[in-house]
Amino acid sequence: MSHNHHSSHGHEAAHGGHDHDHDHEGHKKIYWAVGTALLVGTVITVLAREWEFSSVALTIAVALFVASIKAFLVCGYFMHLLSEKKVVYLTLATTVAFAIAMVGLILWSDKDPVTGTSPKTFYVP
Amino acid sequence: MDIPYTVKPRPDTGLYNAKVGIWLFLASEVMLFGAFFSAYILLRVTAQHGFWPDVADGWPHGLLNIPIGTFNTAVLISSSVTVVMAWMALKENNFPKFRNFMLFTVACALGFLGIKTFEYKEKFSHYVIRTTDGKVVTGHLDVDGKSPLFWNLDTVKAKNIEKLKVEVDIPNKYRFPVGMHVPEDIHKAHAEGRHHDEKEIEVSQIESLKAFIPSTHPFFAIYFTMTFLHGLHVLGGAIVLGYFAFVGTDLWRTNPEQFTNRIEVGGLFWHFVDLVWIFLFPVVYLL
Repeated sequence: MSHNHHSSHGHEAAHGGHDHDHDHEGHKKIYWAVGTALLVGTVITVLAREWEFSSVALTIAVALFVASIKAFLVCGYFMHLLSEKKVVYLTLATTVAFAIAMVGLILWSDKDPVTGTSPKTFYVP
Repeated sequence: MDIPYTVKPRPDTGLYNAKVGIWLFLASEVMLFGAFFSAYILLRVTAQHGFWPDVADGWPHGLLNIPIGTFNTAVLISSSVTVVMAWMALKENNFPKFRNFMLFTVACALGFLGIKTFEYKEKFSHYVIRTTDGKVVTGHLDVDGKSPLFWNLDTVKAKNIEKLKVEVDIPNKYRFPVGMHVPEDIHKAHAEGRHHDEKEIEVSQIESLKAFIPSTHPFFAIYFTMTFLHGLHVLGGAIVLGYFAFVGTDLWRTNPEQFTNRIEVGGLFWHFVDLVWIFLFPVVYLL
């Protein structure tokens, strides 16, 4: 169990001091604003389903674009990624690189290596 | 001996231990869910227009309840806001406010799981029925006023039912266009603008009866796999956050900074769970 010789230090830090109150209030406003934006984004995503897009690819692109904006808000503000340390960015950059490779390889492997066609499956209940 | 850097950041990374740990863990979770999303894409693009569902891309559309899914999304987003506000409350040294926000967060998590359970039950009692004339309907069964779960044709025959009452779904632009395998009377009900139709089907005319479960169609397999895995993460997060809020609070008195860091780290996991749902909801419910 860790000693509490940090506690007096900790209380000061946890108190934050009066000069940090302004920061707290500013951050809280941002969090509420981001939460509202996420809810609005959700409504937009659902309503977008009613819109008839010219192609399936465009439909998917629009849905994923809205989802990406929401993801950016969650990562950037709620997870504090906009003000994080370099080591976190490096970890995530490595993850994204491997994730792209994994998804890419899985989708690329869809094609039959001999015929060059993608197998289709037909479901009968 | 104290473990160093539980509060004070490491000079090389600029982070305290738990933050390094949680980001590494979240990186592994990205690979986990990324693999499932890839599987979804693969199953979706290789599905062929065929017997069921009778739609151009061979993939069931409109089987999931979008209003419920949207509400669940709002629940999770709200819980993400309150978990970060709980952390802010600790930064302001306001423990009662922290507890209130955490209570709301855990309540949202349990609410999400409750709604998911309701959705799952609705799927288990929803059936696709293929008759001997090559027609296909979907709907809920009515057996003595009850809607049974996990039945198949053998179950129906074992209960010596001769005529099965079905509340048949009427196809629409969301739940399959009216296709070639839909019976004529359902075509008529669709034209009249009805949403459901009561039908009695002779059991002897039924070729197959399957619930909306993984073995019936890969859509259900991937839907249940991904949402159940996500649900397990919601449950785990709820347990951890609940523990920190109501059981393991002694650290707040002895080392408030370390306690605040634990809440921050728990919150990071919670935001990741929300992030997965932000992608999962449009992918399985809307697209």
